[in-house]
Amino acid sequence: MAFLTVDAVSKIYEGVPLLTGVSFEVAQGEIVSLLGPSGSGKTTLLRIIAGLEPADGGRVLLAGQDVTGMPTHQRNIVLMFQEYALFPHRTVAENVAFGLRMRRWLKRDIEVRVQEMLALVGLEAFGPRNVIELSGGERQRVALARSLAPEPRLLLLDEPLGSLDRNLRERLLEDLAAILRRVGVTTIVVTHDQAEAFALADRAAVLHATRVVQMDRPDAIYRNPATPWVASFLGLTNLYPAEAVGDHQVRVPFGTLTLSPSVALPPAGATGTLLVLPWAVRLMTDATPRNDPHAINTFSGTVAQRIFQGRTTKLALAVHGELLRLTIQMGDSVAGEGDSVEGWLDPEALRWLDAGA
Amino acid sequence: MVRNREAKPAGRRLAWRRWAGFLLLLALPVAFLAVFYFYPLGEIVRVSLAQQGDSPPVADLLARLFSSGHLRIVGFTFGQALLSTGLTLMLGLPGAYVFARYQFPGKRLIQALSTVPFVLPTVVVAAAFSSVLGPRSVLNRWFGWNLDLRYTLAAILLAHIFYNYTVVLRLVRGLWSTLDPHLEQAARTLGAPPWRVFWEVTLPLLMPVVGTAGLLVFIFCFTSFGVVLILGGPTFATLEVAIYRQTINFANLQLAAALSLIQILFTLVLTLIYARMQARIVRPLDLKPQWVTERRPRTVGDVALVVGNVGVMLVLLAYPLVTLVARSLGSGLRYYAALFENPRQGVFYVPPFAAVGNSIRIALMTTVLALFLGLLTALALYRRRAGWLIDAVFMLPLGTSAVTLGLGYLLAMDQPPLQLRGTVALIVFAHTLVGLPFVVRSLLPALQSIRPSLREVAALLGGSPARVFVEVDLPIVWRALAVGAIFAFTVSMGEFGATSLIARPELPTIPVAIYRFLSRPGALNYGQALAMSTILMSVCVAGFVGIEHLRPPGTQVF
Repeated sequence: MAFLTVDAVSKIYEGVPLLTGVSFEVAQGEIVSLLGPSGSGKTTLLRIIAGLEPADGGRVLLAGQDVTGMPTHQRNIVLMFQEYALFPHRTVAENVAFGLRMRRWLKRDIEVRVQEMLALVGLEAFGPRNVIELSGGERQRVALARSLAPEPRLLLLDEPLGSLDRNLRERLLEDLAAILRRVGVTTIVVTHDQAEAFALADRAAVLHATRVVQMDRPDAIYRNPATPWVASFLGLTNLYPAEAVGDHQVRVPFGTLTLSPSVALPPAGATGTLLVLPWAVRLMTDATPRNDPHAINTFSGTVAQRIFQGRTTKLALAVHGELLRLTIQMGDSVAGEGDSVEGWLDPEALRWLDAGA
Repeated sequence: MVRNREAKPAGRRLAWRRWAGFLLLLALPVAFLAVFYFYPLGEIVRVSLAQQGDSPPVADLLARLFSSGHLRIVGFTFGQALLSTGLTLMLGLPGAYVFARYQFPGKRLIQALSTVPFVLPTVVVAAAFSSVLGPRSVLNRWFGWNLDLRYTLAAILLAHIFYNYTVVLRLVRGLWSTLDPHLEQAARTLGAPPWRVFWEVTLPLLMPVVGTAGLLVFIFCFTSFGVVLILGGPTFATLEVAIYRQTINFANLQLAAALSLIQILFTLVLTLIYARMQARIVRPLDLKPQWVTERRPRTVGDVALVVGNVGVMLVLLAYPLVTLVARSLGSGLRYYAALFENPRQGVFYVPPFAAVGNSIRIALMTTVLALFLGLLTALALYRRRAGWLIDAVFMLPLGTSAVTLGLGYLLAMDQPPLQLRGTVALIVFAHTLVGLPFVVRSLLPALQSIRPSLREVAALLGGSPARVFVEVDLPIVWRALAVGAIFAFTVSMGEFGATSLIARPELPTIPVAIYRFLSRPGALNYGQALAMSTILMSVCVAGFVGIEHLRPPGTQVF
């Protein structure tokens, strides 16, 4: 049985539906990320699970128990806020000890646990410090220690790295992932940043237009996005209107492509969207012979845009009026803007997505 | 090196010129303060320490001061202030919560209206409550009782709550509505039930402002005069009332001076504590804007809380004023018309309505004088950093009781060259003293808000300092001037404490006239008191509305 079950939760905010029939399950010890654009109701869903807001419909079950009507302080579900909400009138140690005091732990045990938690997040000597003096990264770690200290059954993180600047974020992402796995607490992470979601989570749920549109392991989502929207949200921009023309072929504005038999296709005549995954695009360089038998779905075009990004370079190729985007590594062929290129598309890395959504 | 040596004399000259200008500007206000504030206070100290009999003055003074009667008075002053503060906090804190956490229709209007009691003169409040609590009160009429709650402790306490509710509401709500609700929510997810959330998180964060608000209310109740004098009747006396009675009824100026000394010391200490608390209130929190923290009431409990609180506010704050106006119109316009007549055995030598003319004349003169001195002070202070000390000095009259001031005038203005006792000028000076801090407080922020670059450009383009002032400062500052003027005018119109001691019987002001009417029996006298109170109340409310309209948003009175 699943540890956490969210069952058909709905929420209407000021007359507009925010969440509609959201359902998913989380296994014990699993880390799930809720991914979606701002305003998609992710934070509200978190707050509903924590009991800070009532749902307009549906239930929340934790370890088989219906907690939907239970007051927040009885649920043992801790929510870590985006700006951390540390108590400014208390020291670091007092902040971390708060949940333990609420659960009436013995003083000795509280002290031991607080030190344990501070060591876990790498802030051993910070106990007596005032919260106000801390940097952003330090505050984040205190907030994490405070959230983990009372051994919550479920940990909810709302944009845990959202308030930090970029360099700090990358460094702390690794630390956060390591800590979460070490502690093993069931966790839901809300984030709008796909890299964070994928790095932290065992599975990801993508939220769009009030619903969960896909929930799977991160790499599975990435390889097989469920809808064109999910694809573009993940940054997979090579989406083209397509028509199935039978024989495992698809017609797109810049030609007719053959897909691998392993890729699902509707019957002939159906219209939808074709997704060309980034690694599908292979450029023919001097290294790749032109008459390579593997080279099917060939195309030719010109480099419309070239953006140097350090380790990688982004290219946008104009092919029969459509743009084909790809990323090449430093060291690969460097075609400049305006140059003609030829290439082919790997049939394994083409996906059919139904229209709409 | 050569450049430095050349720059020094020029720089020093400039600094000298600025210093000279500073001193020149301050000369008149400081002189005014010295003659009409410090000198009278000095006289009080001198008279209270004057030798009476053979024993050394200080010992004698102490003996008289600490007589049982006086200790009782001091004790009562403290006690009623403490009780009033406690009750005001008890009623005001839930109100602050409702206003901080909920958004509901009419909220801004109700909060603005809740400030009206605070700006009303004490005589008006006393008149309003005497009509609410007297023999013809609503309670008596509905239940057939015969309660006369005037001249009781309850009346004093109720009037004090009426007055100071808004202080608690504004100050506490101000901070509460910026507290991050996530703090409380985090505490809830960490296992804290609602009462523990309040105790562990909300209250500690609110304590500084609750303490400040409480202390401010305590100071106001401690120095309360008109309310205790009129609503307390002969039974109750605070220090201020005792000073008044010793002066007017017993002509025992020395004892009055001794009591004033106690009063001054207490208020000084309290004001200093308040200033210290104010300074320490700044705690760097993650402050949230109101649209984040305020929500519409959602549950039945929420709605009940909001409605209940607004109900309490209406009964406490609006009802007395409504009763006042309604009663004054009880016999049509008879009471108002009576104000123009001079009955044969009247208390006055002139028609009571002449008091209105007196008040307006005095108020206008006060306004002009206060504006003039206030402008000089503000101009001197706004550019100087160390002006905070002088700012504090000019705020002192606010913390001194008006009755003490009146007594000081009686003692000091008795001989040439300052034989001003009994003149209108003295009343004007007293009112100016009370109104001056408000004018300075209005002008300073406005002047400070003018970016120096504007003036520098004007100066570079050839404008003399006077010209720059007229062309640059004045257009920006006229609003603050108007606010200061209205402040001075309304304060003067409502001033009772000092005026009650130094006004001549044939030259009453409106508050003095109201007091006299209230002290006399008879429905006609009472009705005229109510009529005059209504007039005075209207003037003050109009002034208040004008101030709110003109004042730049975000500036606070205290």
